[in-house]
Amino acid sequence: MDQILLIAAAIKIGVFLGITLTFVSVCVIFERRFSAIIQDRVGPNRTGVPLSILGLKSDLALPVGGLTQPMADGLKFILKEDFTPSYVRKAFFWLAPCMTMVPALITMAVVPFGSPMEIGEHVIPLAIADLSVGPLFIFAIASLSVYGITLAGWSSNSKYPFFGGVRSCAQMISYEIALGLSLIPVLMVLGTLNLGHIVEYQANHGWLLAPFWGDGLSLERWLLLIPIGITFFIFTTSIFAETNRTPFDLPECETELVGGYHTEYSSMKFALFFLGEYAAMIIGSALIVTLFFGGWSIGFGIDQMLPAGAWWVSLVHMGCFLTKVTVFILFFILVRWTVPRFRYDQLMDLGWIVFFEAALLNIFLTALVLSYSSEHVGLGGVAFGGFLLLIASVILIKIAKSATSSSQTARAI
Amino acid sequence: MATIKVKRPDLSAGEKIYFGALFKGMTITLRHAFRSLLGKSTGAETLNSSGVGITMQYPEQKWDDHLPEYFRGTPALVTDEQDRERCVSCQLCEFICPPKAIKITPAEIPDNHEWAKVEKRPAAFDIDMIRCIYCGMCEEVCPEQAIYLRPDYVVTGTSRTDMVHDKDRLYEIGGKRVGLVNKWNELK
Repeated sequence: MDQILLIAAAIKIGVFLGITLTFVSVCVIFERRFSAIIQDRVGPNRTGVPLSILGLKSDLALPVGGLTQPMADGLKFILKEDFTPSYVRKAFFWLAPCMTMVPALITMAVVPFGSPMEIGEHVIPLAIADLSVGPLFIFAIASLSVYGITLAGWSSNSKYPFFGGVRSCAQMISYEIALGLSLIPVLMVLGTLNLGHIVEYQANHGWLLAPFWGDGLSLERWLLLIPIGITFFIFTTSIFAETNRTPFDLPECETELVGGYHTEYSSMKFALFFLGEYAAMIIGSALIVTLFFGGWSIGFGIDQMLPAGAWWVSLVHMGCFLTKVTVFILFFILVRWTVPRFRYDQLMDLGWIVFFEAALLNIFLTALVLSYSSEHVGLGGVAFGGFLLLIASVILIKIAKSATSSSQTARAI
Repeated sequence: MATIKVKRPDLSAGEKIYFGALFKGMTITLRHAFRSLLGKSTGAETLNSSGVGITMQYPEQKWDDHLPEYFRGTPALVTDEQDRERCVSCQLCEFICPPKAIKITPAEIPDNHEWAKVEKRPAAFDIDMIRCIYCGMCEEVCPEQAIYLRPDYVVTGTSRTDMVHDKDRLYEIGGKRVGLVNKWNELK
């Protein structure tokens, strides 16, 4: 009996790891093609198989519109010389790429890829580890990846990587707080930390950001859209900062720092950084989709019509989930080519002065909206709470303003 | 004294919040994405677009119709209307060539030859197309108007020797050029 669960777990690990790694290459081709399309270009569209280097007469042109480009990229990374400069601290130099990639892949363990599958009498959740502390686990592990970047910057023993590493460290710490705090309203509404349950709740009661069916049509849920919207914005922006994507790609901004923390890296070690970054982006989008857009649920009450637990339903849900993640990845790319990079002090101001305070106030705002619908707190109580919240926000904004003005004078000096 | 204090523009509340600019930017990039997918990007038609964006798919599509008159492509030798080699191997082009791409081996024209009065012609005329910078100095310096920069620009090869245009190849590219100098023939 336990054997079945064990086998299922092994299969899940293999399949989900495969999906994530495949998605990385899909991400790469999407990034290249979509950014090309945004910039009125074509992008890589004619990668074939270079049979001529094997001695054959001509190359094989596959009619897949350049979908084999990631394979060529990967091959290039493997075949390039793995150059280690003489002045680096070798042990950490080797350790850093692994420490960037591994956390990103580990966080994948708690993401529910599809609805639970029934095999015999077992109900197998389509997440490798159905933890009841899902988001906390992701935050805990994902913030480890900063060690990889910082170590890479430090061990490279050269100035640009060092700057990149230091910047990344400060940036990650600043946005971790906003990331964690911004999630609390979601957890207050849903009352659970299990990502699987979060998705199931959203399937039955409407997605958090699109409550168009079931209980989602109540006034309370629509009022909740205000704090949830703020949460979504802060959370998404923080995910951008966490994954080092533009507009927060200061650790590797090419114009200032050559390549940032991975300047000294080449070949497969660089590829690992690359992989880790994209894996983090995928997990980030997966988390956003899971928390705000109903994870694997198709939505609009369709989930209830399908027979729960059937294997094909799970697969359909998985497809739905991957589609949503893909859409979010496209959004990531769109933002990359839209928003220019922030200046470093702007980044810090945004993290510490705007998002931190906004996330804090948002928690109380959520509590206020939630208390509005409960019987224990009367309308008077809600009004009083609202008054207190108003005062608190005015004070916080005052403090934030004085902080920005003092930091500006500090800059002027 | 030399310090100039730059006055930063005062931002309005809407500009400070930054959302407006964010969404405006997104609509611009999305509009570009949609339009380039539909092949309606600005300038797609004039730039011979392949259908996505404004990019021309090079080997399939070519820019040849749009090449200007003065386009400087591969240098080539030309013959006159009586199929005489115009080149008299004076070697001026060889001397002027900035990257030293041209190599000429002069030879005498035998006395019993139809054009014996021209006296000289190149036995070999090699232009190394790896060195050539398409400057057109050879064309300008040639007293016989024997060498011209043609509009051909596709010069490819898989080895260095492939990239050296010899005399036959140069005449093949250049072909016959009618008119111009009629110093040596009876047409004047």
